[in-house]
Amino acid sequence: MEHIIYILQQVVNGLQLGAVYALIALGYTMVYGVLRLINFAHGDVFMLGAFVAYFLISKFSMPIYLVFILTMFSCALVGYLIEKIAYKPLRDAPKISLLITAVGVSLFLEYFLSLNAIFTPNYIAFPRPFDVKAYDFTFLSITNVQVIIFIITFISLFILYLLIYKTKYGIAMRAVSHDKETASLMGVGIDGIISFTFIVGASLAGVGGILYGIAYPQINVFMGIMPGIKSFIAAVLGGIGVIHGAVAGGLIIGICEVFVSAFLSSTFRDGVIFIILFAVLLFRPRGLFGKRIEKV
Amino acid sequence: MNNIEGNDFLLRVDNVTVKYGNIPALRGVSLYIDRGEMISVIGANGAGKTTLLKTISGLLKPVQGNIRFGSLNIENLRPDRVVKKGIVMVPEGRKIFPDLTVKENLELGAYTIKDRTIKKELFELVLSTFPRLKERLKQHGGTLSGGEQQMLAMGRALMGNPKLLLLDEPSMGLSPIFTREIFSLIELVRKEKNISIIIVEQNAHMALEHSQRTYILENGEIIMEGFSSDLKHNQRVIEAYLGV
Ligand SMILES: Nc1ncnc2c1ncn2[C@@H]1O[C@H](COP(=O)(O)OP(=O)(O)OP(=O)(O)O)[C@@H](O)[C@H]1O
Ligand SMILES: [Mg+2]
Repeated sequence: MEHIIYILQQVVNGLQLGAVYALIALGYTMVYGVLRLINFAHGDVFMLGAFVAYFLISKFSMPIYLVFILTMFSCALVGYLIEKIAYKPLRDAPKISLLITAVGVSLFLEYFLSLNAIFTPNYIAFPRPFDVKAYDFTFLSITNVQVIIFIITFISLFILYLLIYKTKYGIAMRAVSHDKETASLMGVGIDGIISFTFIVGASLAGVGGILYGIAYPQINVFMGIMPGIKSFIAAVLGGIGVIHGAVAGGLIIGICEVFVSAFLSSTFRDGVIFIILFAVLLFRPRGLFGKRIEKV
Repeated sequence: MNNIEGNDFLLRVDNVTVKYGNIPALRGVSLYIDRGEMISVIGANGAGKTTLLKTISGLLKPVQGNIRFGSLNIENLRPDRVVKKGIVMVPEGRKIFPDLTVKENLELGAYTIKDRTIKKELFELVLSTFPRLKERLKQHGGTLSGGEQQMLAMGRALMGNPKLLLLDEPSMGLSPIFTREIFSLIELVRKEKNISIIIVEQNAHMALEHSQRTYILENGEIIMEGFSSDLKHNQRVIEAYLGV
């Protein structure tokens, strides 16, 4: 019985981490859908989200809902600009140029922001806007941080669902992911939809950044690298380009990571995630929910 | 053949040349269509029919020549802008979005329509023209039969409220009965909504039967043009395209 409770507790902890991965993974998968590009700079947008929130809370003492709105807005702007400045000029270039540029944008953001005049390369304590409380139930202990992460993630996913399935821009985004040429014959402006996709993906990464800061309150300009890679793996696991796949993949990766830490050793935490990546690429390259395999 | 210049032309393609790399697919093609008219372009595989429609709809840019739509030069417009001007194409092979529902496919067709009441009217019109779609609104586009997909593709195009409809081989892969049905629906739409139609076909019979004028495309060049009723009896056309 005790084992089961312990396992359940780890599932909850895993979902907390997985929710953040899911939010980031969505951006990878949606951008892949419209551009067939792995946007390596996406993890850095997540990092930027944490930093923007840090400044809004510690320097301006903003109420939390404003922190969310402004952080999402800032990340959306950065995501939009990254696409316009770095990727759009390469629309007709070979895919490899685009991929290298994405790596370049990522490195630029990390090392530019790590300058001493800007964020510095040091860890900064993220100011939690509230004190951590644990609610002990007979079986489980759930913290208010977890509750907030679950609620915010749920709301974000619900809004995303409405956006993608109930608005014409969402329908257009799915159409562009399938076939750009035919989508343009419907009157869909492809560039506009690509911008829309970056904006939505970056906003979600921003939300992820805030939640991550609240849950693991040490932030640093390189903090986007590992969660970025793991979220990318989550997207691959769920089937790159498949929206619900990214959510499922994120939650699975989060749970795996926490389980490895809890039952094996935290030293293997990252390694196991890469083993998952290799396994997926070897045995099911289209991922859990992917329909067809496409060449990158 | 007399080449009377339409003075009420809706669209005029003037001396257009289009190349893929260095290879020309259209060479100095000129044609026009009047308001309310239905014209057809017939030609064998690889004649350049699809290239012609793609050029009109903005997917391909001519290296020479221009295309006028009313008083507007459109040869350099992006495809989505061309749609906004009122030219909508039904692509070869229908190109239904298989993962979107029938309803979503139709909604996407109305992407450029801002006015909700107009959108609703168009939706009603499409469903009354293609009642088969009405029963299948929630179904994914990919699950429709070929004929139903052609109806959806045409319905989707009509949702964009076109002044000019470009149809690329609507009869492709359809049974003769279904082809007949599609063509009578095309006629219906043209008369009811006063939409002009350029239809590209390998099925020369149907094209000549239903259009007022026809252009014959061979190796990227218009080699013959005239009233469809005349061309039907032209010895060369009969031998080359009506397969007697
Ligand atoms: N993307 C492309 N790249 C290079 N050449 C092309 C391309 N598309 C078409 N072509 C060539 O241009 C010519 C005209 O092609 P097009 O598709 O316009 O013919 P079509 O009349 O529509 O033929 P079909 O009846 O088979 O559809 C052909 O020789 C074809 O090989
Ligand atoms: Mg063709």
